[in-house]
Amino acid sequence: MSLSVRRIGAMVLRYGYLLRSSWLRVLELAYWPTVQVILWGFISQFFMTSSTLLSQVAGLLIAAALLWDVLFRSQLGVSIVFFEELYSRNLGHLFVSPLRPYELILALMTISLIRTLIGVGTAALLAIPFYGYSVFSMGLPLLGFFANLMVMGWAVGLMVAALVLRYGLGAESIAWIAIFALAPISGIYYPIAILPPWLQPVALALPSSHVFEGMRAVLLEHAFRIDQMLYAVLLNGVYLAAGVGVFLFSFHVARQRGLLFQMGE
Amino acid sequence: MTETVIAVEDLHKNYGPVKAVDGISFRVQRGATCALLGGNGAGKTTTIAMLLGLLLPTQGRITILGEDMLRHRYRVLPRLNFSSPYVDLPHRLTVAQNLTVYARLYGVRRVRERLQALGRELDITAFFNRPYRNLSAGQKTRVALAKALLNEPEVLLLDEPTASLDPDTADRVRSTLQDYQARSSATLFLASHNMSEVERLCDQVILMRSGRIVDTGAPRELIRRYGRQDMEEVFLDIARGLQSGEVTV
Repeated sequence: MSLSVRRIGAMVLRYGYLLRSSWLRVLELAYWPTVQVILWGFISQFFMTSSTLLSQVAGLLIAAALLWDVLFRSQLGVSIVFFEELYSRNLGHLFVSPLRPYELILALMTISLIRTLIGVGTAALLAIPFYGYSVFSMGLPLLGFFANLMVMGWAVGLMVAALVLRYGLGAESIAWIAIFALAPISGIYYPIAILPPWLQPVALALPSSHVFEGMRAVLLEHAFRIDQMLYAVLLNGVYLAAGVGVFLFSFHVARQRGLLFQMGE
Repeated sequence: MTETVIAVEDLHKNYGPVKAVDGISFRVQRGATCALLGGNGAGKTTTIAMLLGLLLPTQGRITILGEDMLRHRYRVLPRLNFSSPYVDLPHRLTVAQNLTVYARLYGVRRVRERLQALGRELDITAFFNRPYRNLSAGQKTRVALAKALLNEPEVLLLDEPTASLDPDTADRVRSTLQDYQARSSATLFLASHNMSEVERLCDQVILMRSGRIVDTGAPRELIRRYGRQDMEEVFLDIARGLQSGEVTV
């Protein structure tokens, strides 16, 4: 298996050009994460007056909102950017070039990371003057949470891209709803123990649940739960392998059915 | 001694019960310009997609530049390129950005110089900084051709290279292709509905109907064999199911 950094760089450049072509696109990246932070910031301030839990831990909801957005933006960064190739009917040219499908995957992951850092990074920085809360105060564990949510987002994004590659742009709305199906059982704003007993094993099969449990441990107990981090890493290994596998299989099916030549708006 | 650059053996493509390509075999020599002709649904685009590796055959073997396209496609792709009016480049990127990205994908050295040379050759420099979506059909075709020539391919596959172009632009595209081939000894393989183009550019023609090859030969030879004035009339005979020598008036 040969891998070319030059070709991956070319694709990142292609998506970078796209991002650079419109300041509105860059603004849009930061818009929703910022709105989320503002919304949850005010909700936090309101609850802090009546909740002893939240008054002890200012920023719990803001941190949760920001980390949730890392997962959401990471997934969108893969799937929406991939859709650009379909919108512009460019797949035929791409896959007649020496670009390998796994190089495209790596390029999508790279641009997803850049987009997430721009979007969520801006919101995280704005939270400091707005609410006097810095998510960076979590320290090194934050890096682990961020990395795990990025990887889970990539895995889901690749599965969504695979579905669209297989079923066409009619399935593109899945990109916007896929991750939200996981939100109620990821324990973003509440512990997994709150969920009904039958649902808890399902929640614990998600890397995101372990990340948010770990985040609460850091913020509420000032403890880094290595067990939660390890569960998240192991599950992400499985998720990412599944995401890449499903995408490559879908690519193979597209070659069997001639979809690469025809696909577009 | 001539060298076979494209070798197709017993190629089939089935979509369920539909046989889009039904057991075709042919060879194209280095430096030749070969046209694949046939009416709509004859199997031309399916054949080109299989040659490019974008579509997997149901059965058969494709060898390009001595490499089996099913097993070693990636050894061939850097030496091959393709252009089609039905496959676009990214709409929001400018012409220069599009060409830069593809130059890097193909590992072109001295990208800027290569872009400038192609810009001059195809007369596209004036709109290098314009988004691709804002170009006219003729301009898009010339940019797509620039993309196809970026890596100076040994094999160039063209799907209807002058479709929907005005006569002046079409003529310019044909001249560019002829110049490129004269300079590089590249092999050109094209699907076209334009018979005067085929007569001008091609030294080998493969005629297809319903997924099968029904005849093959040089344009002049086919015109003589069918007792016709030009390739347009030969094409009509083939499309209507007539064999050579079976002339209708």
